[in-house]
Amino acid sequence: MTTTIIWTIAIISGLGLLLALTLYLVAQRFKVVEDPRIELVEKAMPGANCGGCGFAGCHAFADSAVKAPNLDNHYCPVGGNETMKKVAEILGYEVKEKAPMVAVVRCNGTCEARPRTSEYDGSISCKVKASLYAGDTGCSFGCLGCGDCVAACKFGALSMDPVTGLPVVDEEKCTACGACAKACPKAIIELRKKGPRGMREYVSCVNKDKGPSVKKACANACIGCGICQKTCTHDAITLENNVAYIDFEKCKLCRECEAMCPTGAIHGVNFPKPLDKEVVKARILERQKKAREAAAAAAAAEAAKVAEVKKEESNG
Amino acid sequence: MDKILVSPNPHIHSTTTTKVLMRDVVIALLPAVVVSVVFYGWKELLVLAVSVLSCMVLEYLITRYCLKKASTLGDWSAAVTGVLLALNLPPTTPWWVVFLGALVAIGVAKMTFGGLGQNVFNPALVGRVFLLISFPTYMTHWEIPQGLFGVDAISGATPLGVIKEGLMQGSTVPELMSSHGYSYSQMLFANIGGSAGEACAIAILVGFIYLLARKVIKPWITLSILGTVAAVSCVFWLANPAQFTDPLFNLLSGGLLLGACFMATDYVTSPMSTKGGIIFGIGIGFITLMIRYFGSYPEGVSFAILIMNSTVPLLNNWFHQKKYGRA
Amino acid sequence: MARRTFSIGGVHPADSKISRDCKLEYLPIAPTVYIALSQHIGAPAKPVVAVGDKVKVGQVIAEPGAFMSAYIHSSVSGTVKSIGPRKDLSGNNQMVVEIAVEGDEWMEDIDRTDTLVTDIPQDPKAIIEKIKLGGVVGLGGATFPTHVKLSPPPGKTCEMLIINGCECEPYLTSDFRTLLEKGEQVVVGTAIIKKALGVAKATIAIEDNKLEAIEHITKVVESLKAKGPEYSGIEVLSLMKKYPEGGEKQLIDAVMHRQVKSGGLPIDVGAVVDNVCTALAVYEAVQKNKPLIDNSVTVTGECFPKQANLIVRVGTPLNYVIDYLGGVPKDAAKVISGGPMMGKSIANLEAATMKGTGGLLFLTREQTKRMPESSCIRCGKCADACPMGLEPFLLNRLAKAGDTDALEANAVQDCIMCGCCLYSCPAGIPLLDVISQARGQVMGIMRARAAAAKAAAEAAKAKTE
Repeated sequence: MTTTIIWTIAIISGLGLLLALTLYLVAQRFKVVEDPRIELVEKAMPGANCGGCGFAGCHAFADSAVKAPNLDNHYCPVGGNETMKKVAEILGYEVKEKAPMVAVVRCNGTCEARPRTSEYDGSISCKVKASLYAGDTGCSFGCLGCGDCVAACKFGALSMDPVTGLPVVDEEKCTACGACAKACPKAIIELRKKGPRGMREYVSCVNKDKGPSVKKACANACIGCGICQKTCTHDAITLENNVAYIDFEKCKLCRECEAMCPTGAIHGVNFPKPLDKEVVKARILERQKKAREAAAAAAAAEAAKVAEVKKEESNG
Repeated sequence: MDKILVSPNPHIHSTTTTKVLMRDVVIALLPAVVVSVVFYGWKELLVLAVSVLSCMVLEYLITRYCLKKASTLGDWSAAVTGVLLALNLPPTTPWWVVFLGALVAIGVAKMTFGGLGQNVFNPALVGRVFLLISFPTYMTHWEIPQGLFGVDAISGATPLGVIKEGLMQGSTVPELMSSHGYSYSQMLFANIGGSAGEACAIAILVGFIYLLARKVIKPWITLSILGTVAAVSCVFWLANPAQFTDPLFNLLSGGLLLGACFMATDYVTSPMSTKGGIIFGIGIGFITLMIRYFGSYPEGVSFAILIMNSTVPLLNNWFHQKKYGRA
Repeated sequence: MARRTFSIGGVHPADSKISRDCKLEYLPIAPTVYIALSQHIGAPAKPVVAVGDKVKVGQVIAEPGAFMSAYIHSSVSGTVKSIGPRKDLSGNNQMVVEIAVEGDEWMEDIDRTDTLVTDIPQDPKAIIEKIKLGGVVGLGGATFPTHVKLSPPPGKTCEMLIINGCECEPYLTSDFRTLLEKGEQVVVGTAIIKKALGVAKATIAIEDNKLEAIEHITKVVESLKAKGPEYSGIEVLSLMKKYPEGGEKQLIDAVMHRQVKSGGLPIDVGAVVDNVCTALAVYEAVQKNKPLIDNSVTVTGECFPKQANLIVRVGTPLNYVIDYLGGVPKDAAKVISGGPMMGKSIANLEAATMKGTGGLLFLTREQTKRMPESSCIRCGKCADACPMGLEPFLLNRLAKAGDTDALEANAVQDCIMCGCCLYSCPAGIPLLDVISQARGQVMGIMRARAAAAKAAAEAAKAKTE
């Protein structure tokens, strides 16, 4: 009896030792020597592995950052400037601060404004729907509402609003990794500058059709009338393919375009005071009137000058 | 026309749905059910009712309140499990044992894996094997068929059990066969002791042919099981007829037909490809015979199928459909 | 005798050819037509007319934009109203030439008589040029430019021409009516293509649910045998009814017992496949000088009161066709361009027909609404049905996991989008929706890889030089 127990214990322990030794040798044999800074950098990263930086994940980012001569091509949108400062400290590099960005949904075709014209009966996927047809409304550019962006977001920052049928970005959670923008087959979601205290101005429409047909499809759409472009005093608005676009690098957040837009396609968010459209409109019209008068006066003066010169010439 | 319907192709659909397929399996089991009720009487009816009802109720409760999903009762799969479980139990099984079997079948074998289509093992067989191990007394004593209106129930062992026991006591197979009066025609048409579903081979074959005709299943798995059992037992029997039972006896006894026709061919727990199915069948046949000849259980179909169930992912990985233009 | 068919997979949807007895009928010309500039696979055509120009029937209005492109002709006479974007049947913008119809004045060189011209004096090169000038594209659904198909790449020889008369899609009957009513022209067209390819054998393959067509074409082939050497070697072959028999790869398998390698073309196994309507278009283009300006369209559906097989001018608005037959029926829920298995769901009935429009099918909600998706029961019916021998259940799972390497290894790129998997799935899982997305993704990756490999090879070559 005792011998059996002793033998059993001996065999089991011997086997254990043998296997442990094998494991140790194998581990030694296949050990990968890695720059210890990679691990440090990776620890400083958010660890979401979202791929927003353009690398496969946080480890790939760290690996590349350690090997790179500077950090110009490396920026973690999720961790932002704080993380990048830490990374730069570890690696002894300089880091340029970047303005924080946020995902912006550029479609305001709510269920109410953009009536359904057909019933979609396929997989609930924007990709599938987009490859099949223009969408179940009259607008062939707008949000398809199947929520591919919501599924793509690793931070839970997107959700579908059941009333409007459009995705909503939670600014607190959004890290501007850009996964939603990539997932959207209609290229509606854009990464824009978050703006001072979150204040920003953007055109919430990407419809490239001509005015009348756009108007028929959606009440909230940009009809490409160009009023905003004429209003803007900062040269921030371009009009291309019947749709306006606000360059967020140039926009000074004066909200004049928003006040002038006839369809309400231009949105301003996070402003402390609501926009009194009528007041701003009156101000702009007044300014434009003055400018016109000044221009007319200048033209008259010019004409008078020319006439004078001519007179002198004829006299001379 | 209100709003035009738009969807990707195809725009029409075959009428064969999960519900139709599962209902076909229930219909195919009806001959065996009817025969077993006729032979074993109201006790069998009770086992059937408890089994089917508890499977369905448990499925409903678990999907609704544990998984918080829409009820899947409509797909008839719980009913199939219920009927199969009942046919795998002796008619004398008490109702609470049947209920426990249903609980293990639906709750453990099916729902813990995520419900229909996700389970690795055949739910009815898991339920049955659980009962076989937990309640051997109820599960190994079988009633000799007395008919629907029979008065005295006589308990006994199944033919395979009788032979296994007899062999251990030193008798030979032919002696045991003749002393217990087992005949093939009796096994083919009914009236042998055993679980309800193995009472009548013909009833099961009728159901199997129905499934084939409706194209619910393909015959390869069943044929390879039966073929393997016949071939392997033939070798053993020819080598030593005194120790080993003959092929025909093996084919007709111990729930082999029920297992081969209805349990091994379960979609979820059998391989997708024909090649994989044939290997699956050979495995079941071989393991069944090994258990019968050399194991401690008289009957091995349940264990064999469960063991081979675990190889299905591997078989699906190894054997694929023949692809067009890729020789 | 065993009925011949393709060897892998396939399904048997109900035939539903309720319009089979409706004779071909010419649809009156619409007041305005919208002729799309991209009616074929390949680059869009470039317009050669300007707004305000007067055009005649058969006049070229757009030229090929590249090698893989096709001529487009005016299908009506009248004035060009505009050239610009218009919503197509999926609601997306597409460039069209809008023509306001005035009368029906044809180009003078078009032979509008019914006389059958059986002599084929032109040499292969001249035939292919005529086909190109006639704007002929494959009318089986893919609209592949025919002149490109008939010019095999160097080093490849064609052993057999297969004329596809299977019409395996349920409901559609325009090919069947064409075979019955224009059989002679189809056979002459076959002989012309045969001559253009310089091939000895041609097979007209017809499914055995169209026995009248098989009998008729057999007789026609017999009677034309004496007309010249081009007419020998044409055979009629009866095939077992099974979907998707008319798929190019499946048809080659059924007729020649050969399989096209993955990523290959039919010519790799010595085959060229053309549709019967393409053969008719070739006949008209070569013998009658008539370009492809009209095509036969089946308008059908159980809920549609007036079945018809119409010959429709290219660019006719769909609602004009429908209104001619009494308008959209009340209980119709879906309108499909093409057949129910591979046809495209129409979102915009104001869109116009194109060269490849073969049918307008009306289905009720009961007939077409998808059932709610339930769990996969691993029955393998999708794999049994797949005519390419793929395993849709597996591809679906891999696509959801985004595993493109495994998808490629399991041949998702071989999918022909026939719809058999989704048709047969008892759980109503939208297999094809998911697989077609994955297929596009994998094919993109493969193309990028091939391009990168080519660029690398060229760079290496440049280095050594």
